[in-house]
Amino acid sequence: MDVQTLTYIFVSVTFAFYIGIAIWSRAGSTDDFYIAGNGVSPLANGMATAADWMSAASFISMAGIISFVGRDGSVYLMGWTGGYVLLALLLAPYLRKFGKYTVPDFVGDRYYSNVARVVAVVCVLFVSFTYVAGQMRGVGIVFSRFLEVEITTGVLIGMAIVFFYAVLGGMKGITYTQVAQYCVLIFAFLVPAIYISMLMTGKFVPQIGFGSTLADGSNIYLLDKLDQLSTDLGFSAYTEGNKSTIDIFFITAALMVGTAGLPHVIVRFFTVPRVRDARISAGYALFFIALLYTAAPAVASFARVNLINTVENAEYKKTPSWFKNWENTNLIAWVDKNQDGKIQYFTGKPFNGKPEFLDMRGSEGQRKIKNEPTGNTNELYIDRDIMVLANPEIAGLPNWVIALVAAGALAAALSTAAGLLLVISTSVSHDLLKKIFLKNISDRQELFFARLSAALAIVIAGYFGVYPPGFVAQVVAFAFGLAAASFFPVILMGIFSKRMNREGAISGMITGLFFTVSYIVYFKFINPSSNTPENWWFGISPEGIGTLGMLFNFIVSSVVSSITAPPPREIQSLVDDIRIPRGAGASYHHVKS
Amino acid sequence: MINSHNSKAKIYWKKNIRIVLTLLTIWFFVSFGMGILWVDALDSFRFFGFKFGFWMAQQGSIFCFVILIFVYVYKMNKLDHQYDVDEVKDNFIPDDIYCPDKEPEE
Repeated sequence: MDVQTLTYIFVSVTFAFYIGIAIWSRAGSTDDFYIAGNGVSPLANGMATAADWMSAASFISMAGIISFVGRDGSVYLMGWTGGYVLLALLLAPYLRKFGKYTVPDFVGDRYYSNVARVVAVVCVLFVSFTYVAGQMRGVGIVFSRFLEVEITTGVLIGMAIVFFYAVLGGMKGITYTQVAQYCVLIFAFLVPAIYISMLMTGKFVPQIGFGSTLADGSNIYLLDKLDQLSTDLGFSAYTEGNKSTIDIFFITAALMVGTAGLPHVIVRFFTVPRVRDARISAGYALFFIALLYTAAPAVASFARVNLINTVENAEYKKTPSWFKNWENTNLIAWVDKNQDGKIQYFTGKPFNGKPEFLDMRGSEGQRKIKNEPTGNTNELYIDRDIMVLANPEIAGLPNWVIALVAAGALAAALSTAAGLLLVISTSVSHDLLKKIFLKNISDRQELFFARLSAALAIVIAGYFGVYPPGFVAQVVAFAFGLAAASFFPVILMGIFSKRMNREGAISGMITGLFFTVSYIVYFKFINPSSNTPENWWFGISPEGIGTLGMLFNFIVSSVVSSITAPPPREIQSLVDDIRIPRGAGASYHHVKS
Repeated sequence: MINSHNSKAKIYWKKNIRIVLTLLTIWFFVSFGMGILWVDALDSFRFFGFKFGFWMAQQGSIFCFVILIFVYVYKMNKLDHQYDVDEVKDNFIPDDIYCPDKEPEE
């Protein structure tokens, strides 16, 4: 069977499965809708958290980026896993003991202030919308490449599926579909990884194949070969870094702390019955995430070797079909600068900016582009996002593996989108309406508003998927920077310092936010041409500035709280209470008290 | 039920902080230390087919993170039990009996 038929089969089967789960686990109350009635087992929560966390970025983009930047890609590997240590040790158990529905709930109650609550809600909405737009875009790319439907149709189908289980099932529906989605996505990521590892190194485990010798009889280590190929083409060696140490340090820290402060991840720990379950499910979650994250650098290096071997100095007419397919999806472009009909792949940009295709074919049958070629010898443009999706084709794996990767990418994008949409709807119906504007609504009405705002959020997310704002890639730095500079310090101090008060928390959050936002906005939007290491403060890029924002937040909040009145006695005993696990189970059956 | 203000609770909290700080020191050492600050120095050692620093940055640190969380879980469960603040005696209702649609009985 051809790839397209197989992809249709795989995608329909998995989608039918998700819908089935949604019907089986629909929500009956706001408890169910917000936190799955506290009744999720730690193992299931671990899997759900892993799927919730691993988005289109982890599945599709990350290995691709590492493949092109080599060792500097470690910031994502360490940053997006190390945050779970912070989450498990510093936040999850205590927030579970607190037992309320959302992050703004904790901020509002602990700092006895609706101002703090509203600041938190604004951050939640901003972070979540930024993120969800990227997921819908990922859904669109997969649909347009593998099922050859319009991106708009692809996004609409994705919206319909998420709508179905997020609006109907709430957290309960999402949790169990995420468990299924985790299984699909990890299978889809590891099967091609194992396959390619076997082909290239003869090792079954890709994590080991990564550090083994090539199976072609040359007895050279894969990474040594890759270093040599890279330097031959003018790139820097794969296993050496280009970015400054301080920048790598700050970016990693911002990603770690940002991960620990992301509301859609934190809220997953409210769904388990007890504090000890929150702790262990963070461990399970990281274990499940690590299965993909330790395979990703291996996949990245395999893909890089295969790519260079396939395209460098190859005749365009003889390139395999994947090359032309991705060219037709606008993600590969080739300009034959020296008119020899062969692809020369070197360091440097073949032309400026993204390719703009003309409706014409060149002498070799390649698509012509409008962009003016640059003076260097590189003729090839490859979008980093295609590496994972194209990898099985580049390695010549069977069609069913290619179809499986498409289904896995959709699972990754949809599971994260659903988790984010739930956080958005909860912030609106619970934090804004129930807690501030419409205090007297009943549980049933609140549930109605939760569903309504989930539906509305899906429509907005879908709009961004169809008409992606040009700034999606730039604002991803925002999501982590903001979470790091706003939530993390406030939640941490709320647990570990009894002295931290309302004034300190609000001034800290505002300082962290204001500093981080202005730095990013200046370098990304107002003056993008000056976005170079010479102009950055201490050499810290906008991606890593959230770490500095976090430090400012800690300093300002500590100083301000030390010169203002301590929090009221009942808040201090609330802090005493969340520090002790016993009693969390009580909120399991007294949730409404 | 333990009184949160008494000295036993204070010692429990102190021991908790000590566990957390110890584990976070290791966390910092394997990631920021071995994976970032000293990565070039460690690259002069080979670890199978890897340069050691490169391996720590791309895989080794992640394995350590997973182990750290499980060590934390083990230590904290033990500490909770020792200070009698664990949830074993909580009136915990398992999934199959719990019915979220009904108001809980007091």
